[in-house]
Amino acid sequence: MATRLSDIVRAIPARLRLQGTAAHALETARHRLVVGGMLFAVAFAVVGGRLVDVTMLTEAREPRAARVPNTGPLELARADIVDRNGVLLATSLVTQSLYANPKLIANPEATARRLAAVLPGLDEKAVRDRLASDQRSFVWIRRSLTPRQQYEVNRLGVPGLFFQREERRVYPHGVLASHAVGFADLDNRGLAGAEQAFDERLKTEREPVRLSLDIRAQHVVREEIKRAIEEFNAIGGMGVLLDVATGETLAMVSLPDFDSNAPGLADDDARFNRNTLGTYEMGSTFKMFTAAMGFDSGAVRMQDSWDASKPYTIGRFTISDFHGKNRWLTTPEVFIYSSNLGALRMAQRIGVERQRDFMDRVGFLRPSPIELPEVSHPLVPKPWREINALTISYGHGITVSPMQLVGAAAASVGGGILRPVTILAREESARAPGERVMSAAASAQLNQLMRLNVERGSGRSAEVAGYYVGGKTGTAEKIQRGGYKKNARISSFVASFPAHDPKYVLLVMVDEPQGRRETGGYATGGVVAAPTAGRIIARVAPLLGLPPMREAVPDLTQPLLAAAILR
Amino acid sequence: MNFARADNSVMARWWWTVDKWLLLALALLIGTGAVLIMAASPAVASRVGLDMFHFVRKQLQLLPLAALILIGVSMLEPRQVRALALAGFLASLAFVALTFFVGTEIKGAKRWISLPGFSLQPSEFLKPTFAVVAAWLFALSRKHEGFPGDAIAIALYALTIALLLLQPDIGMAFVVSAVWFAQFFLAGLRMLWVVGLVGAGGGGAVLLYMLFPHFESRVNRFLDPASGDTFQVNMAMEAFMNGGLMGRGPGEGRAKSLLPDAHSDFIFAVAAEEFGLILCLIVVGLYAFVVLRGFARALQETDLFVLLAVAGLSVQFGVQALVNMGSTLHLIPTKGMTLPFVSYGGSSLLAIALGMGFVLALSRKRFGAGETL
Repeated sequence: MATRLSDIVRAIPARLRLQGTAAHALETARHRLVVGGMLFAVAFAVVGGRLVDVTMLTEAREPRAARVPNTGPLELARADIVDRNGVLLATSLVTQSLYANPKLIANPEATARRLAAVLPGLDEKAVRDRLASDQRSFVWIRRSLTPRQQYEVNRLGVPGLFFQREERRVYPHGVLASHAVGFADLDNRGLAGAEQAFDERLKTEREPVRLSLDIRAQHVVREEIKRAIEEFNAIGGMGVLLDVATGETLAMVSLPDFDSNAPGLADDDARFNRNTLGTYEMGSTFKMFTAAMGFDSGAVRMQDSWDASKPYTIGRFTISDFHGKNRWLTTPEVFIYSSNLGALRMAQRIGVERQRDFMDRVGFLRPSPIELPEVSHPLVPKPWREINALTISYGHGITVSPMQLVGAAAASVGGGILRPVTILAREESARAPGERVMSAAASAQLNQLMRLNVERGSGRSAEVAGYYVGGKTGTAEKIQRGGYKKNARISSFVASFPAHDPKYVLLVMVDEPQGRRETGGYATGGVVAAPTAGRIIARVAPLLGLPPMREAVPDLTQPLLAAAILR
Repeated sequence: MNFARADNSVMARWWWTVDKWLLLALALLIGTGAVLIMAASPAVASRVGLDMFHFVRKQLQLLPLAALILIGVSMLEPRQVRALALAGFLASLAFVALTFFVGTEIKGAKRWISLPGFSLQPSEFLKPTFAVVAAWLFALSRKHEGFPGDAIAIALYALTIALLLLQPDIGMAFVVSAVWFAQFFLAGLRMLWVVGLVGAGGGGAVLLYMLFPHFESRVNRFLDPASGDTFQVNMAMEAFMNGGLMGRGPGEGRAKSLLPDAHSDFIFAVAAEEFGLILCLIVVGLYAFVVLRGFARALQETDLFVLLAVAGLSVQFGVQALVNMGSTLHLIPTKGMTLPFVSYGGSSLLAIALGMGFVLALSRKRFGAGETL
């Protein structure tokens, strides 16, 4: 190489070649200049060769980014929620969302115009501006297209438009069980109800979450409560149906309600689950617990009589009866006439401590164990004085949630065993063993009173032929700041059926019902809630597989009548 | 043109001494550039919402100015070239420093100074002027014992590179480094140092890779096209493929409506798609001719300064053309660099005209001994 370089340099005319040491640098430069020139020649030759390669020798290929349709099993980010019979309550649908790569869109104006023609409601100008952007390579056009819209967009044949697979949560029953099912947001995070409570499980397991709800029962309860609200011009209502043997919630209705598919359109009141998050003074339905704890402790016997002859004054409070008989009443009479004075006398004999213990045992002093995230704490008196004990005996001075009430009621009528209420369907093996909170005998005696109240007391309109309904009415004045609201009450009814061996407990509550001429201006539990409960039981019991009973049912009230305990 | 041999006017002397082959090649390149800017830029202009002929008008207004600079500078004597280059270099340095305070930021880099009517990228003028100044310093240091020309050249190089990296303008820094190194090499740098500096250059590239994220991502995308957005390169490849031997014909190109830099960094792809392989090979041949012609003239030179200056300016011209075409052809990672005389860009066009004017001026036939320079 060195000799060849010298040859080239030597070829330069001699007159240009300088002599002496000063010229040494020039000689070196010339040698090296030839090397540099060769390097450049090679580089330009490579560029030329590459040009020939890419223009002439490269085979035209299919675009590399061709996408292969996914034919594998459907993988969803979130499992379904179903009712106890497998009916879909929440599921994920695969949808296609349209986006564009503006770098690939040659004519933003025409593309926007053609898209607007197949996607109604598309803001053509905004889309055009976004497509004209040179900076971004991803802009959304529209989320969740219908298959037909997807077809139309594909048919446009515009390069640079792409579909992104997305999942959208869908609630086929919409409003029907929205408080129990809850909802998830666009990013598939559970934000309420079972969607939130079982969020982890829904994300990690493929098996659907099976709720205890029976969507048919849910439908019936919702329809009847809605009817009562309309009939009595009420502002809201609740209904809970519980399986006594398992603690499973078969129906849970809170009105007003919302559509799980569009929770954002509803107001806070509609999204509020009154059954678990609301707490209320329950009123006279609490007398069933006063009777139960009385029987259980031995402080109350069926044949005892209680002084209801005159209003009772303690401190600055005077307690009286709504429809006073102004005489001594037997235990069944206290129950069926719903005597505050009678309940108060019972509480006096039971004592503050034993009342508080009982309330604790049946779960009134702690939040309901139901799995939903929307659960509130009860408001209980601290300290628990005698005056508290007296008002609590007829359901005032303590606020609890409807869910707590049905849980305690199921334990009281169901042989004295408390089972935690649940929103999940429980297989035989997964059932909680339950905990005895009172004697079976006390529970049986309570059932006598409950049945008597429907046969002859305030709960008569809840009777359904063949189902032997038992129940207790309640009419509680609503609390407002500094006292009770006039003419604003919650009318309620706790039902058990069949009364001699309760399989189900049903709670119906109607918020601020207004009296009607047909009901004599009354809007009490017996007038508003009891008939609603009766209608629900008549429709629901056959669905639940409970055959109507004609004979061979032990008569619960006959012994009371025979013993002339009831005058 | 026709001048009598005996005519001793400036024009006549110029005509008889200038390298007419080089002049012809440059004229052909300028002509090609004018045609290609009309082919490529209207699509880009309408994409970004400008009047279709916005870029065409601006470029065609500047082309006569560029030709004027080219011819005007080529009439200078070597001493005048030196003086102009030194003044231009100092002014450019000052303006580059100024960009840090009053610069206009475009696409993440502060390189431009906004003047009424147009914006100027002063760093473009650093390239040709520094090449002449460095050649002068290297030559002085070899002609006069004890003159610290090399040391001053190294110091000026360090200052220039520091400013360019601060902007940051890695492409410009690369070209300046290549030219400076080539000149130092020609000036007789010991082989040990040559190896050392090449090694340092490699180390510098690794350092840049680690320090500048956009540089890193470009290299990564070159080495592994799946790692990121290789949209421009893919489009360019498609354009070459579509062009074939004869091209699709003027105005029939598709890539130009999608390539954001169709009028500047990727204009070569547009040329290939519309005019085909033959025109592209002619363009490559013109660039090769200009560079090698410059080298050949340098080889016959008796003055070290002229040799180093002409060679350095030719290297600058060649590196810029090779990097642009190499990027477009996916031979090297994409590096935004203009194709001399062809790409859109005012500052770049005028600076290239200045540099080639220097080459024409210095490569003119001189009679008498070179030592007097």
